Amino acid sequence: MKITLRIWRQSGPEDRGAMRTYELDGVTPEMSFLEMLDTLNEELIGNGEEPVAFDHDCREGICGACGMVINGEPHGPDRTTTCQLHMRHFDDGATVDVEPWRAAAFPVVKDLVVDRSAFDRVIGSGGYITAPTGSAPEAHATPVAKAAADTAFENAECIGCGACVAACPNGSAMLFTAAKVTHLNTLPQGAPERESRVLDMVETMDAEGFGGCTNTGMCTSVCPKGIPLASISTMNREYLRALRKG
Amino acid sequence: MALATRTARGGRPERPPPTPVRLWRSTIGKKTVMAVSGALMLLYLVFHMLGNLKVFFGPDDMNGYAHWLRTVGEPVLHHEWFLWLARVGLLAAVVAHGVAAYQLSRRDIAARPVGYRHRRARTSYATRTMRWGGVILALFVVWHLLDLTTGHVNPNGEAGRPYENVVATFSTWYGNAIYGVAMVAVGLHVRHGFFSAAQTLGAGSVGRDRALRLTADALALVLTLGFLAVPIGVTTGIVE
Ligand code: HEM
Ligand code: FES
Repeated sequence: MKITLRIWRQSGPEDRGAMRTYELDGVTPEMSFLEMLDTLNEELIGNGEEPVAFDHDCREGICGACGMVINGEPHGPDRTTTCQLHMRHFDDGATVDVEPWRAAAFPVVKDLVVDRSAFDRVIGSGGYITAPTGSAPEAHATPVAKAAADTAFENAECIGCGACVAACPNGSAMLFTAAKVTHLNTLPQGAPERESRVLDMVETMDAEGFGGCTNTGMCTSVCPKGIPLASISTMNREYLRALRKG
Repeated sequence: MALATRTARGGRPERPPPTPVRLWRSTIGKKTVMAVSGALMLLYLVFHMLGNLKVFFGPDDMNGYAHWLRTVGEPVLHHEWFLWLARVGLLAAVVAHGVAAYQLSRRDIAARPVGYRHRRARTSYATRTMRWGGVILALFVVWHLLDLTTGHVNPNGEAGRPYENVVATFSTWYGNAIYGVAMVAVGLHVRHGFFSAAQTLGAGSVGRDRALRLTADALALVLTLGFLAVPIGVTTGIVE
């Protein structure tokens, strides 16, 4: 396959950046999108050019590092992570636009790499539980209702990739924060910090410069883990409940 | 990580600001103000639409209803007090809704300073038009008050005679045009707004989302058609 790539190139945070066009031959349908970029980078390095910087780590869809916007869609046309997206989803001869996540809270570091540490600070302000460390606890020590376990698990699937922020016209981190709050607030293990968690995480989220939610639903439609929009409603409920309790 | 952040932050402040202040400062809180004020206006719109349909029962029915509205609550309330209470409540709702919308919109736009080169139209029309649709509604409310409440821009403009005033408005082309655009705008605003408000107030759930969206669509359709029935009635001569 032959692919025309238009990739956002930006040498550093201060550079203005621009889209650059590359023609890439020898792409095979079974290549992952990242392998296709690896192929491009080998060519660029061979020509003495700077390779395209992009984030990646596990390459198996679980770490959430590999975020980029492909043809205007975070993680591209398939509902998965970029590392799990395969070139068979593109036609031979296709033109593919690749851009970094765009949000004030995620400044571009270089090319397709953005600084997502704002997410870490949201997590740091409440995305944990207080529990004795040491050996694994006895599994039956804390009973969890089936429905609560299911909800917690569904939300625990969030890998913090940031696709929700990238897709949201308001650059909002509500789906990410909601997944964390819903995951922990649904479980008995999260109950001691139930109120402070949601208050503090929302406060940090706002302070980091993420926008608010206008319920467009773009976040959930691109989430590779299918976190539902309803989680945002759960967080709103938890937030208002915590405020009432003071 | 938990311990480190706790030490760094030194715990939460001893005395957090009062709840209304915290509510107004946070994005979720401000959105709650929008949802509650929007819901109040929506409730009003439903009764307003039903009241308007009185026009199909003739001048006595309509004008009698308008007169009755001024006597609601008597003798506990003075003449017209109920009406003024409703007006003050609605004014507060419009102001709170508009100010919160403005502040949140500024924040939302600032949170996405650079757009994508590869653009795609992705959200629904109703969702994309909430801001400008809201502005259109605010302007409409001003015109509407000058037309049918104070009578300043009404061709008839007689106090206590809403039936004749309504017929006068819809006997002009611009009256029909302004009103028509505004009622479509209301329908679109409610279509997204009702669902959005339910989400904001925490009523959304995986199992309930579809029902909420259908309710929003039905409500929007009933309101728009109900309001449009009046100018259509006048134009076609059913009401004269
Ligand atoms: C002053 C004029 C108005 C402006 C500028 C305005 C603007 C907005 C904006 C920007 C939103 C948030 C959009 C979103 O969630 O995507 C909104 C939501 C809403 N509006 Fe309005 N609007 C106005 C008038 C009205 C009126 C007359 C009604 C009555 C039907 C109304 C009902 C609602 C409701 C129920 C919501 C949902 C609140 C929420 O998202 O939680 N608005 N409006
Ligand atoms: S590289 Fe880990 S999810 Fe894609």
